[in-house]
Amino acid sequence: MADPILSIRDVSVTFDVRPQGAWPWTPSLKLHAVSKLSVDLMPGETLGLVGESGSGKSTLARAVIGTIPHSGGRITYEGRDLSEMTAQETRRHRRDVQMVFQDPLAALNPRMTVGDIIAEPLITHEPDTPRKQVKARVAELMEKVGLLPNLINRYPHEFSGGQCQRIGIARALIVKPKLLICDEPVSALDVSVQAQVVNLLKDLQAEMGLSMIFIAHDLSVVKHISDRIMVMYLGCPMEVGLAKGVTAEPRHPYTQALISSVPIPDPVLEAARERPVLEGDLPSPLNPPSGCVFRTRCPKAQPSCAQARPDMDNVAPDRFVACPFQEVEKVLADA
Amino acid sequence: MKLAEPDAKMLEEVGQLAEVRGRSLWADARARFFRNKAALAGLVVLILIFIFAMFGGLIAQYERDFVDFSLMGANAYRGGPSIETGHYFGVDIDGRDLYARTVQGTRISLLVGVVGALVAVLVGTLYGATAGYVGGRVDNIMMRTVDVLMSIPFMFVLILMLVIFGRSILMLFIGIGLISWLDMARIARGQTLTIKNKEFVEAAVATGVKPLTIILRHVVPNLLGIVIVYATLLVPQMIIFESFISYLGLGVQEPNTSLGALMSLGTKQMNNGTLWMLFYPLFFFLITLFAFFFVGDGLRDALDPKDR
Amino acid sequence: MALLDVSDLTVTFQTNDGPVNAVNGLSFDVSEKETLAIVGESGSGKSQTAFAIMGLLAKNGGATGRVEFEGTDLLSLNKRQLNKVRSNQIGMIFQDPMTSLNPYIRVSDQMAEVLQLHKGLSKKDAIAEAVQMLDAVRIPDAKSRISMFPHEFSGGMRQRIMIAMALLCRPRLLIADEPTTALDVTVQAQIMKLLGEIREEFNTAVILITHDLGIVADFCDRTLVLYGGQIMEDGPTGEVFADSTHPYTAGLLKAVPRLDRDTDSLQTIAGEPPDMSNLPAGCPFSPRCEIARDYCSTRPLVLEPLGEDRTRACHASPAEMKQEMKVG
Repeated sequence: MADPILSIRDVSVTFDVRPQGAWPWTPSLKLHAVSKLSVDLMPGETLGLVGESGSGKSTLARAVIGTIPHSGGRITYEGRDLSEMTAQETRRHRRDVQMVFQDPLAALNPRMTVGDIIAEPLITHEPDTPRKQVKARVAELMEKVGLLPNLINRYPHEFSGGQCQRIGIARALIVKPKLLICDEPVSALDVSVQAQVVNLLKDLQAEMGLSMIFIAHDLSVVKHISDRIMVMYLGCPMEVGLAKGVTAEPRHPYTQALISSVPIPDPVLEAARERPVLEGDLPSPLNPPSGCVFRTRCPKAQPSCAQARPDMDNVAPDRFVACPFQEVEKVLADA
Repeated sequence: MKLAEPDAKMLEEVGQLAEVRGRSLWADARARFFRNKAALAGLVVLILIFIFAMFGGLIAQYERDFVDFSLMGANAYRGGPSIETGHYFGVDIDGRDLYARTVQGTRISLLVGVVGALVAVLVGTLYGATAGYVGGRVDNIMMRTVDVLMSIPFMFVLILMLVIFGRSILMLFIGIGLISWLDMARIARGQTLTIKNKEFVEAAVATGVKPLTIILRHVVPNLLGIVIVYATLLVPQMIIFESFISYLGLGVQEPNTSLGALMSLGTKQMNNGTLWMLFYPLFFFLITLFAFFFVGDGLRDALDPKDR
Repeated sequence: MALLDVSDLTVTFQTNDGPVNAVNGLSFDVSEKETLAIVGESGSGKSQTAFAIMGLLAKNGGATGRVEFEGTDLLSLNKRQLNKVRSNQIGMIFQDPMTSLNPYIRVSDQMAEVLQLHKGLSKKDAIAEAVQMLDAVRIPDAKSRISMFPHEFSGGMRQRIMIAMALLCRPRLLIADEPTTALDVTVQAQIMKLLGEIREEFNTAVILITHDLGIVADFCDRTLVLYGGQIMEDGPTGEVFADSTHPYTAGLLKAVPRLDRDTDSLQTIAGEPPDMSNLPAGCPFSPRCEIARDYCSTRPLVLEPLGEDRTRACHASPAEMKQEMKVG
């Protein structure tokens, strides 16, 4: 088996939070955005990260890029530990791993032309490229993402949301990265445009052999684009497995609840479907529940759940579940 | 790659069309500014004042330091504004041509205002942007320094400086330069904090763009709108500041003059029936300030992102 | 008689680039206890329709046509009369609860104020009733939490408070504008369930404005599809979804990835959402329509009845459309 391009082992990310009304010398509170999470990403594979807000999926992505430091565990990219990289290796890592952002317009500098925006990574990493060649590359990329190259001198505000997201994708791809991290790339887009961008990402991935981490809160989009899915809750992994398996036969109670929460655009199916609703809110990440973090909302919670955090058990081929009471439950009716 | 059907068709049809010029946010703001009649009028007045300050001396009949001994002390009777004598604005108590002196005073006042604003823009913006962008301890130290400087009673210190080191225009510039950027640094820092959290800055960080480049390429251009507005409103403040110092007799020294110094002389002679000595400098002082305020307001409306 | 009867509603905004029509001759009605979904993307005019009904249009906007609520034309009322109808008869829920909750005033005071003003209750009674209403929207421990400030509640709880406030005067019609868009899916499911229960309990009609076809399928009796400020299709939800007769609706349904289906590639609708300042004279969807004919962009669109309780606006007949798009 090939070596993973990215390997995440027991990674934790914590933030310091100043308590309200604190003196300068009071110690900060620790917010565990990601706690002891392990996952591998194979070359050419798409890993979907699903979870609600506060699940730590975006934080994990930023730790992989290296813009947020991780406080525990190891993140290894192509065999090199992120925290031990030399300056030169860091530069290569920054070039190899690119990101597409959630808010298409906010991710583009309003004062720069589209051409300058797309060219920025190239100019940063290959400052000696002749201007003409830069322009040719930009035009090539614009065409690739379905934008007219003659719009190169336009400004972001002259484009619609979907087009802005294409610009963001072109910018990420101009340095030929190996790993593309997409942080909710379609959730700010209109339904009819979402499909365009999802298809574009899928096509580009196949064409360029990209590995991809695709973050979204919309399980149906993630399932559509990912090979494997990791479901996260409050910074902890709940379930990892093949996309189709996880959605068709979810094993973790949280995954089951998540799937039953997603309405399906089919009135007949919806009427026939039992949809148990998860009660309560997400607990505060400053003060997460002991043991299993999901136990406060879990329909299957037992007293023992408060004792220790359950391990990720390999319960079936390619399936890891962090729940001792896991069982297959079909939440979706067969189409 | 296979494009979606209509996109591919469109690409083919449009093919290698000429590149389309974009409409930048600056161009948008310019259009909005020019639609604003009051601001436009202010701009026209400002340009006229600039022309007056730069080239007004060409039509003056007398040097500004030429003393007309025949009029000295008799300006109240024979030194009034008149075209025939060539003293368009009259002469002052010493028999000097007030027109030439007003031209020079306007020039000095504008210079003080513009230099003050420029220092504020350059130093203040970069200082504030750096503090805001770097954040953490550096930000704390830099901004506390600003606080300390701000808490010094500057008018008092400047007056002391002028008294101790002698009254010179250089000293005045140093004094004005020292305080003008403080507010600007605070404003720039506050704005930088919001810009810093925008995704386009994160995108640049994630690709590995160097911090200084990020500040210059991504932060400062997005600060510029508010900085320009504030700078246009700072110019009149500086002019007022200089006038006040000069009015006290501590600013610009003879034979040079400024609008403040001229007004000071004018008020002293008010009871002698030579009101023109006050009127002409005051007139230029007021319309300059008004024009700057109008332009500043217009710029604020044009550049305010809330309008978009 | 219908509870709400909107006919020929047009909303126009005066902008720097001239007048722009956000809503173009919209007609529909809502019966008592009915749940109507208004579905559309950005630029469809769905939110402006709600704002026009509520008289909440921005300053540069104006509405023409008729909006009859129980026989009174809301557009002809003055501000005071409108306020009365708005607070007593029609409740509105917004996407972002913080836009209609004052962050500096306690929830108890905000809720009591409404009741004191419109029902003339004493402060004590008003608060007692407000607590009751918070109980009704399943806010645990309502009695003690009512004196908290809005920001002390979670997003889902805030949305519940908004719903409680909208229900205070027992309105006959509730307009919910993207009530769950800002929420997580599990919380969205909670809120939609709550809205369903509230609808039964209070016997209100509901207009649900959303872009999420899943929610519509789950919740609404009737669906009205908007595009570019015009109705594309309107009918019972089941029929519109199972047998859509408009290229836009059909395309939209195929473009949404579904959890219960495996597809390799999503079908897309080409192009971008409409630019409202530059719509074609004919069908607004024609530039993106895969079966558009030459005349579609010029010939005005007519809303035609289809069967008993459906309408559609398309130059192609349902049979033609289905054949050319290979649906149904």
